[in-house]
Amino acid sequence: MDRSVNLLDLALGFDEPSPLRGKVVLIEDCVETSGSFVLHQMMKRVLSPHSSDSLIFLAFARPFSHYDRVLRKLGCNLATQKTNNRLVFVDMLMMQCSDNESGVAKLFREIQGTVGKLRSVTNSNITVMVDDMSLLEIAAANSNSDHVLDFLHYCHTLTSESNCSVVTLNHEDIYSSMERPAYLLQMVCLADIVIKAEPLASGLANDVHGQLTVVNKGMISSKSGKGSSRNKLQNFQFRIKENGIEYFYPGCSRN
Amino acid sequence: MAAPNVRTSSFSRNISVVSSSPQIPGLKCGPNGTTFISTGIRDLDRILGGGYPLGSLVMVMEDPEAPHHMDLLRTFMSQGLVNNHPLLYASPSKDPRGFLGTLPNPGSSKEDKPTAPDLDQGESLRIAWQYRKYMENQKSSIDDYSNDFDMRKPLERQFLAGRPIDCVSLLDSSDLSVAQDHCATFLSKFPRLNSSNIASIGRIAIQSFCSPLCEYSDKESDMLSFIRLLKSMLMVSNAVAIVTFPPSMLSPSSSTRLQHMADTLLSIKAIPDGDKELEKLLTGYKDINGFLNIHKVARINTQVPVIPEAKTFSMSLKKRRFLALECLNQAPVDGSSGTSYGTSGSCSGSSKSGALDF
Repeated sequence: MDRSVNLLDLALGFDEPSPLRGKVVLIEDCVETSGSFVLHQMMKRVLSPHSSDSLIFLAFARPFSHYDRVLRKLGCNLATQKTNNRLVFVDMLMMQCSDNESGVAKLFREIQGTVGKLRSVTNSNITVMVDDMSLLEIAAANSNSDHVLDFLHYCHTLTSESNCSVVTLNHEDIYSSMERPAYLLQMVCLADIVIKAEPLASGLANDVHGQLTVVNKGMISSKSGKGSSRNKLQNFQFRIKENGIEYFYPGCSRN
Repeated sequence: MAAPNVRTSSFSRNISVVSSSPQIPGLKCGPNGTTFISTGIRDLDRILGGGYPLGSLVMVMEDPEAPHHMDLLRTFMSQGLVNNHPLLYASPSKDPRGFLGTLPNPGSSKEDKPTAPDLDQGESLRIAWQYRKYMENQKSSIDDYSNDFDMRKPLERQFLAGRPIDCVSLLDSSDLSVAQDHCATFLSKFPRLNSSNIASIGRIAIQSFCSPLCEYSDKESDMLSFIRLLKSMLMVSNAVAIVTFPPSMLSPSSSTRLQHMADTLLSIKAIPDGDKELEKLLTGYKDINGFLNIHKVARINTQVPVIPEAKTFSMSLKKRRFLALECLNQAPVDGSSGTSYGTSGSCSGSSKSGALDF
């Protein structure tokens, strides 16, 4: 089993056990560079055979068949994890909310119920993942970004009460062009880890697909022995392949 | 060091032109269990790596100063009619059926090509024997996957009569529920049960989706909701939808949302008239009708992005009839002017720099 730790793992603190417990992770991307590969990596980590963590996945952007094929090439069988009850895959593609009430409260109650059911069975970490917050806004929040923030706040309560982790992907370029810059700032503020995928300043390339900037607030280094906490900001480039991602610092070959 | 071909893994895939069922022409197997249908423009099929994959949403950003998004729609629709794929067409016009009269007919752009030598004249033309096989391949331009379309000839009646074509006018109702019902009914005929057995496929073409002529054009959340549901329905159907929209008619955030929802994202840029700078930079400037930009290429069932050979292509008509997409060619540099490497942004994707190879 591949236990090599790559640059993204180090930035997220995956060299320690259960690094995401109780944390909120925000992945940001744009039209030119999609950040969904980070989601796939995290899914694979959560569902790895070395841990007993569970995953609740809310799919707004792609159906199960897509994720199944992608993760299979990465070495993770989603269908098996579903039958083992380590993965709860919620297909939200056709979800529509009624005009009057916002669907986020209802959605959260369902998530809370599922977390409760999983908690009764296992004590390990539960991760709630949303693959596209902007589609959640259209589907469940009637295009009201305030409701999306409410939803994130509800999910944040899960991180403290039930020790869950929350991972969301948001398209940052949609909101940066709006008149409400506060929305993006609030999402970044709520998150403990922000992973931003951007294109290279030099444009398209076959061998480097983009760059990642990871901000890990309050990362505690256990190696120093004293638990000194510091903000860690890392920037590196990546290349996406079918069976994994290569990460490297600009100008270097892969580590 | 950039690799010349897009390689997703160390194995190179053998993409063969195989129809998955003898009753359905115009399908080609693609990587990762996807199936392609032709865009109607041979060059665009090649640039996108095969065509449009079934289940994908193609969005084209219009330029108000250039009508070339209509050519993309026309070739898409004609290709579907030639291959007998059911078609749903919606546009903000009182009589959408009239558009069918402007669809192009298949023609052969390689009919009277003087440069392809006959095999009989092989002796008089001195080609080394191992290159003769490439000359032979040029002749086989007829296949049932894609056609060259003669933009000046209207589509023959045999392709229009009796074909399942559904035309919807977006002006009919004040909201999108009618159009949504049409799409849902249409797509329910092509459910995707498993990737290997395809019973039938369909094509949807929606023109100028956010046109201010439509009554719903100020309700951006309704429009976004419609496209989102269309995309969700497409993902579980064996169909492709192409939607053109003018981004200047939407708020920047809604336009970016639509761009994110697209699997394949293209945009048309008009060529400025009589731009002396551009004329100096590009060869064949006078023949170019406009630019086509490739922003995103569909990646279904895979996480690896498809990097096209260039981001910008010039759209021109060969022999004034056949659409061609070409990489931008830089004109030979005039040594005396001194502005040799000052390319404009749209030319940065040029890969054919033969003129500058010293």
